[in-house]
Amino acid sequence: MLTVLLILIPFIAGLIAFGLKGSGPKVLGMISSLATVVIAIGTWCTFRTTPDSLNFVANWIPQLGSQFRVGLDGMGVMLCLLTAIASLLVFITIYNRNYEKANAFYGLMLLSQAGLTGVFTAFDALQFYIFWELALIPVYFLCSFWGGEKRIAVTFKFFVYTFLGSLLMLVGIIYIYFQTPDHSFSFASFTGANLNPEDQKWLFWLFFVAFAIKMPVFPFHTWQPDTYEQSPTPVTMILSGVMVKMGLFGVIRWLLPVIPQGAAMWSDVAIVLCIIGIVYASCIAMVQNDLKRLIAYSSIAHIGLMCAAIFANNEQSLQGVLVQMFNHGINIIGLWIIVEVIQNRLGVKNLDQMGGMAQKAPRMAIFLVIISLANIGLPLTNGFIGEFLMFSGLFQYNHWFMAFAGLGIILSAVYTLGMIQKVIFGQGNELTETTTDLQPGETLALSLVVIMVLVLGVYPKPMLDLVSGTSEVVSKLF
Amino acid sequence: MNALISTALSGVVLMFVGLFVRNKQHIKFYAIAAILIAFIANLAQYPAVEHGGYIMYGMIEVTKFGVLFNAVALGAALLYFLLSGSEFEKVGEHVADYFALVFFILSGIMLAASFSNLLMLFLAIEIMSIPQYILAGADKKSLKSNEASLKYFLMGSFSTGILLMGITLIYGAAGTFEISGLGLGAESVHPLALCGIILMVFALSFKVSAVPFHFWTPDVYDGSPTVFTSFMSTVVKAGGFIAFLRMFHTSFAGGNISEHWTLILSIITAVTLILGNFSAVFQQSVKRMLAYSSIAQAGFMLFAVVAMNNMGAQGIILYSAAYSIATIGVFAVLMKLKDYTFEGFNGLAKKEPLLAAAVAVFLFSLAGIPVTAGFFAKYFVLSAAIQHGHILWLVIIAVLCAAISVYYYFRVIIAMYFKQGEPEVEPVSGGFKAALILAVLLVLALGLFPNLLLCWM
Repeated sequence: MLTVLLILIPFIAGLIAFGLKGSGPKVLGMISSLATVVIAIGTWCTFRTTPDSLNFVANWIPQLGSQFRVGLDGMGVMLCLLTAIASLLVFITIYNRNYEKANAFYGLMLLSQAGLTGVFTAFDALQFYIFWELALIPVYFLCSFWGGEKRIAVTFKFFVYTFLGSLLMLVGIIYIYFQTPDHSFSFASFTGANLNPEDQKWLFWLFFVAFAIKMPVFPFHTWQPDTYEQSPTPVTMILSGVMVKMGLFGVIRWLLPVIPQGAAMWSDVAIVLCIIGIVYASCIAMVQNDLKRLIAYSSIAHIGLMCAAIFANNEQSLQGVLVQMFNHGINIIGLWIIVEVIQNRLGVKNLDQMGGMAQKAPRMAIFLVIISLANIGLPLTNGFIGEFLMFSGLFQYNHWFMAFAGLGIILSAVYTLGMIQKVIFGQGNELTETTTDLQPGETLALSLVVIMVLVLGVYPKPMLDLVSGTSEVVSKLF
Repeated sequence: MNALISTALSGVVLMFVGLFVRNKQHIKFYAIAAILIAFIANLAQYPAVEHGGYIMYGMIEVTKFGVLFNAVALGAALLYFLLSGSEFEKVGEHVADYFALVFFILSGIMLAASFSNLLMLFLAIEIMSIPQYILAGADKKSLKSNEASLKYFLMGSFSTGILLMGITLIYGAAGTFEISGLGLGAESVHPLALCGIILMVFALSFKVSAVPFHFWTPDVYDGSPTVFTSFMSTVVKAGGFIAFLRMFHTSFAGGNISEHWTLILSIITAVTLILGNFSAVFQQSVKRMLAYSSIAQAGFMLFAVVAMNNMGAQGIILYSAAYSIATIGVFAVLMKLKDYTFEGFNGLAKKEPLLAAAVAVFLFSLAGIPVTAGFFAKYFVLSAAIQHGHILWLVIIAVLCAAISVYYYFRVIIAMYFKQGEPEVEPVSGGFKAALILAVLLVLALGLFPNLLLCWM
């Protein structure tokens, strides 16, 4: 039941928010996200004692063999927790902002949270597909209405890209459905489907393209920098912190278990694509002058590494990916909060118009340094353990892959440190003279992020324990 | 059978009503009452055919499937009357006649869903078509409407001729008109019959506006009074498909003509999808865009005819319902606007939030986005094709086209929600809003629980 609540609370709160006025939606959003965080922690506790009680099945379309089937494994618990925390952080950060049509804004934010949670909890392929699409619709409206100047065209491209990917996945899902012994969409039937290697060879691509567009992996990434740049920053936080994890999640939950031979056949190709993406995105990030685009490209690089590590497919690399999914989510949301603050104060996002902000906004500067370092993966921050495990796993798979992917780490240090330097150090200008430091809400959100960065950096064991079950099962598939 | 009789009778009665009743509002209520009666009469027949249909004099076969399709068609027509019934009086003087013609078309559709004899098929197609020629030209003073009517009439009669030729050839080969005894499913088919089949496929493709027999569609749909376009492009089109499916599903039973058949129809389907979608992208008028989108949607419905399996039959039912409700809804709102271009929708969300939200849901449904009826409609026809096994290439083309379709459907959504403007909207009544909400709820209900409809199959 807890699992169903995780979807229902933001869904109902979202619908109610549409009808509220004034600061009603804000308060409701805060209450709903606090409640989901509490419940997500509750599922974690339940998972350690009685994991079976997290599953819930109800009849939906019996003729089709599709059921409303939700459940949680370690990975699911972790991602639901991430989703809940992400929306809480977003709501805290923007508590003092006033958006036009705030009721619709908060309503859509909450609905997208419900959709995302639905994706992470679905154990029925059709239901998974439906939530996968549903998570997208509110985000489409959010970006198109509250985004930057070029928002309409950019968001539209994003929508068509992902929609096409999902339709291909739908074809794959239907095909596999006909191969299942009992004509059912349940996860168990899908993993037991009779798929010969020839089928798996092309089925792999139907699924992989859908997931790769979402992550995004080179060469399916072209929507991403534009969308991150044009979206309102709160939405970018959800997009980059949680939504891209849908792609990684899809690969681990559905692609590897259902099409293991296909994945084994194509894993080298997939890894090569990821590595090209890492190097390419890092190089572009180095020469970016736009703060939002810089972080967008750095995100492509990080996600590329995670995707490569999934296909290296040994227990270590998978565990690294799973932990990193959570930590990357936290770190990148932290970075976006700071971007939101800078944009709110300066109204610009070009790096050469910034500088010297450390003097005017020392607290923000400290937070930026800590979170950036975590994003590079410095030891004792949360980014370290995941990257270490992923590289170690990738090394066992192939030295050369590891060597090229390792370039990404060095380059990420280059552009991240460059960014810190340009933003907070150096000479100030007229614009940055007027900056004010963080407000209480922003400080609270960033403190929460930094606490998680340090705690999980020093003591990552609880998180590793949570996901060890998933990585153990998945890594034995091929 | 009940539905056939009651719609035909209602048509005749309504013609006379026009002589005695002058109040146009009253005529509309009579029409709505008549269609409700037909709907209920049709449902009343369901228990009798639930465990197997029956044939009447070798001419008509009443089946569960036919009754279900009739229910969908009558339900859609009811919704159409509720939403657009008051638009009839804007077309011209003879409101009662228009309603009567719509009822005649409906009786043609009922016949198309239950014929078991080629002659009946011919009758059904003619009964469906002739009132449409009149309706297309109902706006007598408009040149475009006249052009539409003439064009439709010429092309339509030509294709009916081809249909008749096909029927003759098949009769020559088989010696019977009964579709279950045509023997088209046998190992080797008589060359005459093969020619006949091809001619019939062409003629029926014309009726459902499949490419390359679609040239009449945009002009006719654009030129006809919008209120009739809304009906012709939805319920009538679905009727064409049911005839198509019934004809070949029954006559091919158990045979292996499938290879040629699949090839010809796959090609027709593929070009229909590609051409319909690409042409819709370039339209400036929403009405014309909907005309091309109806060609594109016909491409999806053709999947059911290509695949010829049970899933496809279910798909046609669901697709007809989903597509008809959504398109009738969009047209109903379109008719309230002064400007039919995309710009005419600018800023509608601010001025009329309810209308805009309803149109958005309908367009989501047409694009096939989950939790709307359109998703499951597409799901079923794609499933039918995948189950068929040999036409995966077609499925891939279809999903590419579905992604393209998002472009033109979302242009309307973008205009309504993200662009500024002052659209000129006629004031809408409370009844209209209620009917619109009902349509939205139907779309969402079928999107969540398609078995509401399919459990009757």
